[in-house]
Amino acid sequence: MESEFLSTMVLTFKLAAITTAILLVIAIPLASFLVFSKIRFKSILETIVSMPLVLPPSVLGFYLLLAFSPVSSIGSFLVDHGIRLAFSFEGLVISSVLFSLPFMVHPIQSALAQVPLSIFEASYTLGKSKLQTMLRVILPSIRHGLISGIVLAFAHTVGEFGVILMIGGNIPDETRVASIAIYDEVESLNYAMAHQYALTLFVVTFAILLLVYTLNKKSLGGIR
Amino acid sequence: MIALDITKNLHTAEGTLKAHYELTMNHGEFITLFGPSGAGKTTLLRMLAGLEKPDSGRIEVDGEVWFDSSRRINLPPQKRSIGFVFQDYALFPTMSVRENLLFAAENDEQRSNVDELINLVELSSLSDRRPETLSGGQKQRVALARALVRHPKILLLDEPLSALDPSMRQKLQDELSLIHTRLGVTTLLVSHDIAETVKLSDRLASVVSGRIERIAEPMEFFSPQTLSGKLQLIGEVLKIQEDTPVFIVTLLVGSSIVRTVLSADEASTLTVGSHAIISTKAFNPIVIPIRH
Repeated sequence: MESEFLSTMVLTFKLAAITTAILLVIAIPLASFLVFSKIRFKSILETIVSMPLVLPPSVLGFYLLLAFSPVSSIGSFLVDHGIRLAFSFEGLVISSVLFSLPFMVHPIQSALAQVPLSIFEASYTLGKSKLQTMLRVILPSIRHGLISGIVLAFAHTVGEFGVILMIGGNIPDETRVASIAIYDEVESLNYAMAHQYALTLFVVTFAILLLVYTLNKKSLGGIR
Repeated sequence: MIALDITKNLHTAEGTLKAHYELTMNHGEFITLFGPSGAGKTTLLRMLAGLEKPDSGRIEVDGEVWFDSSRRINLPPQKRSIGFVFQDYALFPTMSVRENLLFAAENDEQRSNVDELINLVELSSLSDRRPETLSGGQKQRVALARALVRHPKILLLDEPLSALDPSMRQKLQDELSLIHTRLGVTTLLVSHDIAETVKLSDRLASVVSGRIERIAEPMEFFSPQTLSGKLQLIGEVLKIQEDTPVFIVTLLVGSSIVRTVLSADEASTLTVGSHAIISTKAFNPIVIPIRH
């Protein structure tokens, strides 16, 4: 029982960590594109990114389940190449990335929008490429947006329930994360175990958020 | 030598303006572009820097083609040897003064010159401070020093003095003048206030509606051909006071106040806040040193 508890918690935070890492890599270019691109129909892309904020998780989960199922064209293509996404950890990662996308993109997007254009241009006139400018000038100056995005995406993934229930089921060591386990334990009237999961999640997420906000304040204070 | 002949359609508040600039600058020359806002001065600087693309034409700097629409050449800003000082300074907020300059340096020689540049703009004591802790004038000097790190062929200054208070403005003018003499870098400065850069400039160019209307040395620029005085000063009209039958006009010349009596006709050509030439022909001015 105890080892099952541990492996569920490890899986929960592993999922959150991998999802957050992938989101960070995706969200920086995506947020830059949303801020700086001048294409038409940009609002359509913005809407798609924001959809998970308002869409019931079961809707996203339902469509992902359809897409991942071996009967669908995407699912059968993947299965033919040895990738099974429905009821697997990989499937959870993909759906978590989609579901937490706005939580990472929005803070980075609004931080980027506040950087004056002349900061970019100054770096270009000093001979620095777009990549150098991004890495050495822009990302350090939007680090508070990055931290907010990381914390929100991580916390949101830890707290995710509906999508995982739809596409992940409740397979120990594969898709059984803490939020599912709580539901499962309550269903079988095992309140003590449910409480153990719930309290752990509560304490750990509180500690992470507190640490981040304290550090954030300190680094702000250092500049002022 | 810098030669440019470019056109661009400018979208201004009054509609589209077909801008056409022709300008030749000699090596080490200091030219001020001035004119009303919306005349396209900043756009000209930005096109020289490669931050905006002209519609057609050619920009050549020391024999190197930076832009040529007929040959489809358009060097990006990174490939142009420029130093650009932005109106809002554009200092990198997460870097100290020294780091801002070091960021610009491309090689060891330029890195080792950073401290000298910081000295030149008198910021040695502030070199570890972050930009947000500096005053406007100090930020401006950091921006200026940073623009000079890479020994640019041309220094472009976009309204560098307009946001500063008068005493700071005076100090920065002196500093700009000193830097220009010391480093001899070809400089193009944009201003909407003529008076602030008259003494710095080798030539003044007035930009009106997307065109360089007139370009001349400062004194020649302000003096109509018919006026050949023994004493000529440029001042700002502070007050026009009627004292029947004449008008008493008060002007600010540098930091001195000059009062003069004008006829009603003469006074009617002046407005408070405008600039005017004070000239005297008949009398030889007396110059005596001040003893302290």
